[in-house]
Formats: sequence, structure tokens, C-alpha cells
Amino acid sequence: MMLKSRKYRTFNRKDLLAQAIAFGLVAAPMVAQADAGYVYEAGHASLKEWLLPDAAPSPDDNKYSEKRANLGKQLFFDPRLSGTGQVTCASCHFPERGWADGLPTAVRFQGKNVGLATPTIINLGYNDVLMWDGRMPNLEKQGFAGQGKPADINAGSTVEPEVVIERLNKVKAYVKLFEGAYPGEGLTRESVAKALAAFERTIVSRTSPFDRWVKGDKSALTEQQVKGFKAFVEKAKCVTCHLAPNFNDGGFHNIGLKSFGDADHNAGRFKQMKRKSMDGAFKTPTLRDINQTAPYFHDGSAATLKDVVEHYALGGMVKTNLSPSLPQDIALTAQDKDDIVAFMNALTSEQPMFVYPVLPQN
Amino acid sequence: MAKRSTMVFFTTTLAMTGNLWAQELVVDQKNRSFVKDGAEIKTLDIKVGDVIRFKNEDPFFHSIFSESETAKFDLGNYPKGQSKTVTFEKAGKVDIECAIHSKMHLTVNVK
Repeated sequence: MMLKSRKYRTFNRKDLLAQAIAFGLVAAPMVAQADAGYVYEAGHASLKEWLLPDAAPSPDDNKYSEKRANLGKQLFFDPRLSGTGQVTCASCHFPERGWADGLPTAVRFQGKNVGLATPTIINLGYNDVLMWDGRMPNLEKQGFAGQGKPADINAGSTVEPEVVIERLNKVKAYVKLFEGAYPGEGLTRESVAKALAAFERTIVSRTSPFDRWVKGDKSALTEQQVKGFKAFVEKAKCVTCHLAPNFNDGGFHNIGLKSFGDADHNAGRFKQMKRKSMDGAFKTPTLRDINQTAPYFHDGSAATLKDVVEHYALGGMVKTNLSPSLPQDIALTAQDKDDIVAFMNALTSEQPMFVYPVLPQN
Repeated sequence: MAKRSTMVFFTTTLAMTGNLWAQELVVDQKNRSFVKDGAEIKTLDIKVGDVIRFKNEDPFFHSIFSESETAKFDLGNYPKGQSKTVTFEKAGKVDIECAIHSKMHLTVNVK
């Protein structure tokens, strides 16, 4: 019967287009997407995906221990780790500035401007990929590469990383601490990277007012912030890239910044992945503790969170290679924009007073 | 008439796939992973001539491609609900990625 009816079926142009789309012959019209299905009530089950795991996952050969994290903390603040003996990881990642530096673009030793904003290291342990262009897959590899010449803290130095390791091995207290944290592994470039990674995984934000609200504390967010969350998800579609639970997607997007229009623009992800869509694409940053890390964007071009929202409300400025995830059809009112900013201000966790480490001297 | 239609169908299928037993498999993109029959997969064994339908089940875009010599393709950006097909015509290993989401990798072994 079905065959018979199919025999006499006629196709109109709409049918043919639908079939062509179904078989991938024709691209369907791009549609805005945001289908989160949340119920915007404190503690509602639909929101649970926003809660981060209690601990950032660590690899089998570098499981968390207090000894490892404490050792990594000392190394993070120790200038002897740099070739010049004058730079530390904290020269760019200040704990009191949201683990960034407050500058539009980072300035390294001897005043060299990197051309990219210092990203926060908050919640890095939850990320799929590291660095603005995604060239590092995990914290251990980043910690190892960061000791290279002239990378990161070795900028401005002609000293080989092996010389730095030799220098650290002369500090007997460090040798002892490494033996305690990584028995039998020695004090090497690899074990230094592991200790740094163990410390960095402890730099987390997961107790913000938003987290408390997701867990059921109705008073944790104001009415405006709840409205802001709803607008963030539904109207502005920020959630297309700033996904649960860490407000990022491990993805790379060209968001149409003005600087992309420069002839010598930073190619970003394209340097790692030679696909046209990746030209000018950068990693989606977390929004946790976001009000601690102004200015914003990889080029530091937005001074405030309001500026960020205004940029997205425009759908970007230079649209020649725009990410398909950047919505072009949103109409945010002034109130929506204020609400979204208010919501983002609820993503900062209260932290205990940070205590700098005492460094071993000999 | 029916016989002729059947013959045309088989001839067309053979010409298109080179394999009468070629099948179409659906691989979803869900939660930024490759998913088959509801489970995340990292590898998939198929036969020469098989077709994979890549279907986006995430509420955001994916951009699936392969640079492998065995099967080079670029499906471009496509949103939730849309799917695209690739026919694998040569035996070998095919590494498939999403250009947008770095953690998405699938190795297809075409036998």
C-alpha cells in the first residue's frame, strides 16, 4: 500500500529542497541555536550540569598530592626557574589580578609585548586544551614547553633550560622536596612541569554565587542576575560557546574583533590548524571569575564586561571570517545587557586570602 | 517495469558504491564527541563503499573534516539537526576531527 501511494507521489520544489538538505547536497539555512531547556529556579535539576567536579582531573602519572601542589606553588613563584633569574610564572599570572595581569596584552621581560592578553589560569585543570591557539594539550606539556628557550618565563634569556635545572639541583632543599613529592623521578624538566601542573590544578573557582544558586540557595543570585542568566542562555545565546560547566567549549572561534581586520592580524588557531575558518580564531575562555580579569578578549580590546556584551550585540565588527556560532540575529535591550553583566558578576568565587610561599634558599 | 526498476536500482547502487553490501552508518556529534548507537566512539571499522552520515545532535555548530590521504573531505559548518554524508571509497585509516572543537577525534579503519 505504501509502495503504491509512493508511486503516485509528486514532488514540489520544497520537497526536493528538503531531500537535498537531508542528503547533505545543499546546506540548510544557518539557524540560531540555543536549546538548553533550563528551568530558571534555584536548585532545579536541569541546571546541575553547571556544577564543576570537586577536583580537576589529573593524569595517572601526576595524581594530586599536597606535597606536589605545595612544591609546584614554590616553583611558580621562584625566579630561579627562569633563565634570567628575574622572571616567575607570577610575573604575568598575579593571584591578586585573577591570575592574569590586568594588561590589554602581556609584556614580558625587557618590555617585549607578546601581542596577546595573559589568560587567567583559573580552572585550567578542567580544560580540554590550553593556550589561546590551543597548541598545548595539558598542563604538564605546557609546563615543560614553558621552560624552553625563549618561551614564557625564559623570554630574554640565552640560558638553556638544562642549566636552570642544574641550578635548581644545587638547592638541596628542592632536591629533598622533589624526592618527597616524586620519589625516584629526580629534579628534572619533566618533574618541574608536573609539580607546576599539580599546583595549577588547585587554582579553581567553583563556589560562586551562581554555583550556590544552582545548588539551591535562592538568595545567592538577585532577581536581575537570574534574568541575566536567562538572557545569557536564550536571547544572547552566549551559551553556544560558553557551555556548562566551565563556561567554555574547548573550541576556537573568530569573534570578529576589529584587530582581525589588520593586515598583520594574529592568525590564532590557524597556526595550529590550517583551515580557513580558524584564521583569527582563538580559544573560548572561561567566564568564571571573569570580573577579576579585565580587560577582555585575546587582544585586550574590551575594557569592561559591558563592552564585551556590546560587541556581541553587534554580532562582531569584522565579519569576513566570522564563527558560525556568533549569533547575528539577537536584539538585546539596554536592560538585557545590564542583566547579563550582572549575571557575569555572579560567577566569581570568594577565595581565602592568598599566601605566597617561602622559597627554599639552599 | 518493476524488474527494470530493480535492475536500475542495483546498477546505480553498484556504480555509486562499488559494493552491493555497502551500508550507511550514522555517527552523531553529541556533547562534543563522536557517538554511535548512543555510545561515544574513538574508532570505527567499516568496509570500502560504506557511507557515514555525520549528524549534529549538539545545539551548536560542528565542522567535521579529514586530511587523511585515504579520504580527504571537509563538511563545513553545520548546525543541530543537519547531517552530511561521506562515502569511503579506499581502504586505509582515516583520522577525522572537528575544526572547532579540539577534543573531537575519530579514527575510521576502512577495510
